[in-house]
Amino acid sequence: MIAEIGQFVLILALVLAGVQATLPLWGAARGHNALMVLADRTAIGQAVALLIAFAALTHGFVTSDFSLTVVFQNSHSLKPMLYKVSGVWGNHEGSMLLWVLVLALFSAAVALFGRNLPPSLKARVLAVQAMIGVGFLAFIIFTSNPFARLSPAPLDGTGLNPLLQDPGLAFHPPLLYLGYVGFSMAFSFAVAALIEGRVDAAWARWVRPWTLAAWTFLTAGIALGSWWAYYELGWGGWWFWDPVENASFMPWLFGTALLHSAIVVEKRDALKSWTILLAILTFSMSLLGTFLVRSGVLTSVHAFATDPERGIFILAILALTIGIALTLFAIRAPGMKGGGLFAPVSREGALIFNNMLLTIAAGTVLLGTLYPLILEAFSGGTAKVSVGPPFFNATFVPIMVPLVIMMSIGPLLAWKRGTLRTAAHKLIPAAIATILAIGATFILVPEGPGLAPFAMGLAAWLAAGTLAEWAGRIKLFAIPVPESWRRLKGLPRAASGMTLAHLGLAIMIVGITGSSAWRTELITTLVPGESANGAGHTVTLSEISQGRGPNYNYERATLLITDNGREITTLTTERRFFPIAGQTTTEAGIYTTILSDLYGVIGERGRTPDTSDAWTVRFFVNPLVPWIWLGAMVMVFGGSLSLTDRRHRVGAPRRAAATDSTSQPSPVAAE
Amino acid sequence: MKRKHRRLMVVLTSLGLLGAAAALVLTAVEDSLVFFYTPSDLAERPTPPESLFRLGGLVEEGSVRKDGATTHFNVTDLQKTIPASFTGVLPDLFRPGQGVVAEGTLNPDGSFTATEVLAKHDETYMPKEVADALRESGQWRDESVAQ
Repeated sequence: MIAEIGQFVLILALVLAGVQATLPLWGAARGHNALMVLADRTAIGQAVALLIAFAALTHGFVTSDFSLTVVFQNSHSLKPMLYKVSGVWGNHEGSMLLWVLVLALFSAAVALFGRNLPPSLKARVLAVQAMIGVGFLAFIIFTSNPFARLSPAPLDGTGLNPLLQDPGLAFHPPLLYLGYVGFSMAFSFAVAALIEGRVDAAWARWVRPWTLAAWTFLTAGIALGSWWAYYELGWGGWWFWDPVENASFMPWLFGTALLHSAIVVEKRDALKSWTILLAILTFSMSLLGTFLVRSGVLTSVHAFATDPERGIFILAILALTIGIALTLFAIRAPGMKGGGLFAPVSREGALIFNNMLLTIAAGTVLLGTLYPLILEAFSGGTAKVSVGPPFFNATFVPIMVPLVIMMSIGPLLAWKRGTLRTAAHKLIPAAIATILAIGATFILVPEGPGLAPFAMGLAAWLAAGTLAEWAGRIKLFAIPVPESWRRLKGLPRAASGMTLAHLGLAIMIVGITGSSAWRTELITTLVPGESANGAGHTVTLSEISQGRGPNYNYERATLLITDNGREITTLTTERRFFPIAGQTTTEAGIYTTILSDLYGVIGERGRTPDTSDAWTVRFFVNPLVPWIWLGAMVMVFGGSLSLTDRRHRVGAPRRAAATDSTSQPSPVAAE
Repeated sequence: MKRKHRRLMVVLTSLGLLGAAAALVLTAVEDSLVFFYTPSDLAERPTPPESLFRLGGLVEEGSVRKDGATTHFNVTDLQKTIPASFTGVLPDLFRPGQGVVAEGTLNPDGSFTATEVLAKHDETYMPKEVADALRESGQWRDESVAQ
């Protein structure tokens, strides 16, 4: 019964989206207030309907209603409650439902909090959102219905893929979708602005918080996914340049570019058409990512449950969305004249450079990701290739180097016309820090690739340059410290957010360098009680035990790690066998310090020549890996802090009147 | 600075950057494309590939043998079979009778040394290349992996 309600509200949401995609547009064109305000109500109605649908599906999972096909295929009565809930989005149908739910929640947020938007712009934004919603709701209802019933109902389910039964992955998809789908707001604002034919500083002020929120969620989502791959897949790596990882990374790169170019529109009234184009491209990348993940056209570690019919449907949505948006752009963009003039050496110039590098970097990632598809298509399916990490390391990394160098210089340049001399003067401490970091790395870690010290120098350059800009803002040491403290407290939160986000990247570069340059590894076979030396440590397999978890059996190994006889830690690693899925997973044992991770996993039980039981043991020393997650956390914190800036709070002062004002068809015109 | 000059400058800089990126991509693509072959593909080739490639097929039943940390197994597409070996911890989904994609190089004696065995998330998942290859050799039964 509850599932039928879910089915019903899902169709209701499609109808509402259909209304919202058409009537408000007409209303905005004709100046009919009632039709424009209709968009608010349908947006809220859609969000409520989809919340009910989502709750109905969650109910199905929580109560283990195996008469629902998705529950049968992805759940089991013995599964822990957390994974029953996360199972809702741990499958194709449920994850698409989450996708449209997030889309509808963003629309509802505009309807509720976007009170200071001009009514026609708001109606058009919501209409564009609804068009995307129509596409994806139709996709769900016609190809991936989460409420399809099975008859007769099976007694028990087949279980969620054990690899997905993990707290890190339980929250990875919702965060990722908040980011992915969040960029739809930038897209809808861009298309609405194209329809209106007007882009101004106020427009950029409305777009920025949504882009920033999406960016922050996406950063957190990607970092969480990477962390999960690191400890759960048991290879000790954290990024594989896998197509699905790239699918989430490309919108991030475009989104980062958009975040920066929107600043230029807001502050200087320039780069308008470029920013519009970026907004369209960023969301196109989100759609492309959805297509790549959901169609399974690319071989990926994430490609489960694939279906060509679904792939074609999403491809059609993708083609339509991008096609219409770009056509509209081609018609309207030439009419948009940029305002502010500026010299090449200026904040604007630096931000343009940033945008060029980010989009080119995203382009190489796109090329590397799609290349196997292109080659297969051109060779008639005979040439099958994969593009691995070497390609991305050889293209993406060199493009990032000038970008990171610029990240220290750009913020120090003045708007309109800056001088390199002033910036250079402020960057003297950063240059010293860079040289010190390169020298110290050479001396402390002489082994390893020759480029590693320079990468550390780059991180030092970015960190010191960012701090120099921050110190300049609060006039640290130039005026008495209490005075600086007062300036610090008065600093706009958006500025502190930028400082933190840039510092986060510097921290992350340290982690990436450490883990890729100086990782050491030991692979051996041990019988219990035996030791082996490698990776600078002695690894002893001290104990093997067996046991039973809630829905799996495990074999647990205790590894004693010593360094020259001094005990450092014991690592506990497990191999878990899930009888329902017939699948094994590995739980790595990780000992984290600020300088490194000690990372141990056991493999299958084997036999030594004298037929006693032996286990394959893999032990890594992953230097500085914790810095990667720390850097990501600092970036996310920076993004969140910036979001709380007064200037970013759209319509916040009038939030209290949110509920009743929807019935008043007289929105206040902005400004 | 005039608007026209500024635009010219932006266009030139981006062209320069694009050119540099294109050069990077072209040089990188040369060395980092990893081709995919089945055992039959290898048998048909006049000269064995010298560089790194991916070998895909099924892990032959009864062929898996452990020797310390090294595992020996046969990769088959049910037409031709290649002996392979891998040192390290195999992914959790590595099992006899299941699809496998291994990256590595061919030895002079015709055996394959894998540097990496790719893990797949789902036990019902068949690597796409393997499925295509089996379909070509007429060994694929679509219903056998239907979800």
